[in-house]
Amino acid sequence: MKPFSYQKVMGITEAVSDLKEKNQSYIIAGGTNLLDLMKVHVMQPQHLIDINGLKLHDISERDGGGLHLGALASNAQTAYHPLVEGRYPLLSQAILAGASAQLRNKATNGGNLLQRTRCSYFYDNSTSCNKREPESGCAALHGYNRDHAILGHSEHCIATHPSDMAVALAALEARVVATGPDGARSIPMADFHRLPSNNPQVDSNLEAEELITGIQLPPEGFAEHYAYLKVRDRASYSFALVSVAVGLRMEGNTILKARVALGGVAHKPWRVPGAEELLEGKEADRENFKVLSEAYLTGSEAFKHNKFKIKLAKQTLVRALMQASNLKL
Amino acid sequence: MAATKNGEARNRVDGYQKVTGQAKYAGEWQPPGLLHGVVLNSTIAKGKILHIETEKALQLDGVLQVFTHENRPPLAHYDKSYQDLDAPPGTPFRPLFDNKILFNMQPIALVVAESLELARYAASLVTVNYEKKQHEVDFEKQLQHAFIPKDYKAVAPPEPWGSPAEAYHDAKHRLSATYTHPSQHHHPMEPHASTVLWEENGRITVYDKIQGALNSQKYLMGVFGLAQEDVRVLSPFVGGAFGSGLRPQYQLFLATMAALELRCSVRVVLSRPQMFSFGHRPKTHQRFSLAASEDGQLQAMIQEVYGETSRFEDYSENVISWPLVLYNCANASLSYKLVGLDVYTPLDMRAPGGASGIFALECAMDELAYQVGMNPLDFRLKNYAEKDQFEDKPFSSKELRECFRQGAEKFGWKNRPNQPRTMQEGHELIGWGLANGAWEANQKPAHAKAVLAVDGKLTVSSATADIGTGTYTIMSQVAAETMGLELEQVTFKLGDSSLPKAPLEGGSATASSVGSAVREACRQLGKKLLELAQEVDGSPLKDIPFWEVEMEAGQLRLKKDPTKAMALTDILHQNQKDSLAATIDSQPSEEQDNYAIYSHSAVFVEVRVDEALGTVRVSRMVNAIAGGRILNPKTAKSQILGGMVWGVGMALEEESVMDTHYGRFINHDLAGYHIPVNADLQELDVIFVEEEDDIVNPIGAKGLGEVGNVAVAPAIVNAIFHATGKRFRDLPVTVDKILENDEV
Repeated sequence: MKPFSYQKVMGITEAVSDLKEKNQSYIIAGGTNLLDLMKVHVMQPQHLIDINGLKLHDISERDGGGLHLGALASNAQTAYHPLVEGRYPLLSQAILAGASAQLRNKATNGGNLLQRTRCSYFYDNSTSCNKREPESGCAALHGYNRDHAILGHSEHCIATHPSDMAVALAALEARVVATGPDGARSIPMADFHRLPSNNPQVDSNLEAEELITGIQLPPEGFAEHYAYLKVRDRASYSFALVSVAVGLRMEGNTILKARVALGGVAHKPWRVPGAEELLEGKEADRENFKVLSEAYLTGSEAFKHNKFKIKLAKQTLVRALMQASNLKL
Repeated sequence: MAATKNGEARNRVDGYQKVTGQAKYAGEWQPPGLLHGVVLNSTIAKGKILHIETEKALQLDGVLQVFTHENRPPLAHYDKSYQDLDAPPGTPFRPLFDNKILFNMQPIALVVAESLELARYAASLVTVNYEKKQHEVDFEKQLQHAFIPKDYKAVAPPEPWGSPAEAYHDAKHRLSATYTHPSQHHHPMEPHASTVLWEENGRITVYDKIQGALNSQKYLMGVFGLAQEDVRVLSPFVGGAFGSGLRPQYQLFLATMAALELRCSVRVVLSRPQMFSFGHRPKTHQRFSLAASEDGQLQAMIQEVYGETSRFEDYSENVISWPLVLYNCANASLSYKLVGLDVYTPLDMRAPGGASGIFALECAMDELAYQVGMNPLDFRLKNYAEKDQFEDKPFSSKELRECFRQGAEKFGWKNRPNQPRTMQEGHELIGWGLANGAWEANQKPAHAKAVLAVDGKLTVSSATADIGTGTYTIMSQVAAETMGLELEQVTFKLGDSSLPKAPLEGGSATASSVGSAVREACRQLGKKLLELAQEVDGSPLKDIPFWEVEMEAGQLRLKKDPTKAMALTDILHQNQKDSLAATIDSQPSEEQDNYAIYSHSAVFVEVRVDEALGTVRVSRMVNAIAGGRILNPKTAKSQILGGMVWGVGMALEEESVMDTHYGRFINHDLAGYHIPVNADLQELDVIFVEEEDDIVNPIGAKGLGEVGNVAVAPAIVNAIFHATGKRFRDLPVTVDKILENDEV
């Protein structure tokens, strides 16, 4: 890989000022995606800022009933934490649906959000990819696009975001906490990742000089009625073709509140807040779920190899809602 | 006389070394001053290199050289110098030979530096200007240009039997369908690697990932004009190969070239994406037309095969014999054409030809069984081959009927409703399917040497390989059993070009060929020991012929009176010998020519299909194997289990996706190319049925490398039909295909 300088930082301020001052500098935490990308020369940092020494590992209760997840807590620690398992089983399930045990031990919560797409063309320097090299074109558009987006894509990029955890966080309406030169701020999950538009090289709305310090979960975890359903090409260790995160608040068989996010279908976890409202006050039944699934896929547009994803997304959505509301076939 | 009793279930003799990391693989040798080579591959599929700019790379401190076609050393000129022992007819690819690009990811430069990271970085600085030509990699588009090769690497299509077209036309039940599978890559866990140790006297010792050290040695001698004594090739451990190590690959060429030129030790390891840059199972397209009479007797079998090859070699494999090995039919025709593409030459991959041919055949047979209205098992039994019609020979042994019986019983086949789409549990449709398969059980000539030392330790050697199959273990067992020694007293050596000659480790022939040589070498050693024993004063074995003695419990003794015995060590001791050696050149018997020699399998599968989500789960498999004598039931079972996993991959997951625009396999890592993981595998059962065979070879064993795999994919696909009532004829059967198939 390309030679780079490396520094382990011991404070958030130091990390942020290094991000600002050093050219082409990147944060490294678990490194599970960044190192792969460096080996194939897709990412070529000049400087790596190792933040593993920062005290961002805690998982703790927040005032007001929510939960704080440290940016450096590993995916495994998070998924198996009693507070997460007990109150946010949707998140736990989503994390455990991703990667492998080894990767989850190493990967951090902050890094999970910032992982790059797994589009084959992004990984192959000999092909065109606007995300890797702006203005070079999108080879996936007319190439092999079975795994690609059906919602929110642009002519410049049809890649998907690969995270499972982020899909659950979107349904849970979590917020990402980041610190930059101007201090800390929190970003709603819905606004954290972005659509490709005409600058797909930018994955998220995190500023280049900002560091993720944690994730805030709101009090409501939908621990009674939830589902994370991931459809993939094998039973484990592969990215979602489609995944669905569902959280429901119910009274009897009536849905009071529904939160739904789709993974594997867009450049970000996909939510249609207006569609969720369609379920509010409605009975949990297949017909109502179908209505929601149609509304969620409104505007979907598939490519040569991923037409199946539209049907799959709808059917997976209905199934996940059935599971979350404990409905049998 | 062949031995009949199965061998003992023993742990691998090399197991401890492997799990403790002491087993060193080709890319793990660390000679002093080792240099690292990183290969640069072409980014176009056809054309020529106008210029390679290496200046920036060469300017880096620690970069020694960038080899390209422009500065390579002189190389052999004739094709035959490049033809290895597994080369198909044609002109073998020559790395860095000239500026022509014949396929995408062709190796075009080797960057050599003091560290791997530096070499990799330097390689990223090399720029290449190409003159691009229009490549053709679209198999379906090129079908119309399919051709009959001058030579078939495997079997050539024979003349038809009877009148297949008319018989097909006149038959009551007819099935005509096309079956396809994509290109697939082997993906052993260990990537291809070569470490070349350069010695002051100019000789080299090469650690290579290869399924036959002699093949790499022959190749290097041919290409670089080296004498046999100047190059020794070692491959004591191979981390899986599945055929990808049959031919020397380009990292061997490049590492050796660099070592000879730079007069230094050099290592080249391929990356996972580069594992997509050479041989693969060829994409095939097969049209099957089968016909049966009202009562289910096969009337016609017509198989038309199209297989992928490169532009420079005509790769073919045995796709077409299977209909007439597994069934008999008076009217049959088998044809096989090649489709030339701008890709690298395909390469034998676990059950080459068999995996493809038997997949299509067994799916077609299942479809026809349903047309006739028979249970697929009864339909197969009705058309059971009593002889090999393809070569018109009787079978040396064939316990396939017993495989069907025991497999069906274990699986519970009799409880299966023949009607598809009748079993369901929750969201999942359940289906039960079966298929049967066969694989050649050839014995090839092999040499072996056995040396008994006066301390009672036996060392046996042959230049074969252990690619994870258990060769070390079973050869040690054969030797221990033949010599009447404990397994712990035996050491088996392999993977070294200086050892007695052995065939390439492939085609399920190693147990049979090398096992026979080991047994014969040990028996030869026994004969020599008897001669020495008889020279001892007061020998209890005086005037006894060899056939009246046995080697048991460390002794040479009279069969009918075991008290008349001499310890093997005593025999050496009393003759003042430190050791005694015997070498054998083992040949298959002439009698084998009169027989068709095959192992067989019957596979029963349960799948669970979630139609709304498009997923298929293989919940149960039973694989009943007739493989002759089982030398070690434990390693044997592992081989069959591996074959079953392999079948799951072929049926449901594996596909090397060609991007036709770039002419490049695009899903080129293990995130994009799916193979089964543990979670994909549930109940797997293996049955070895008893099968005695005195003809196959002196040890009665048939080899198990491929027979465990061949019938698995079709059994899965047939089970999916039984679950859903829908036919899937294009592998792998993935989520998208399940969702998009609306046929009922």
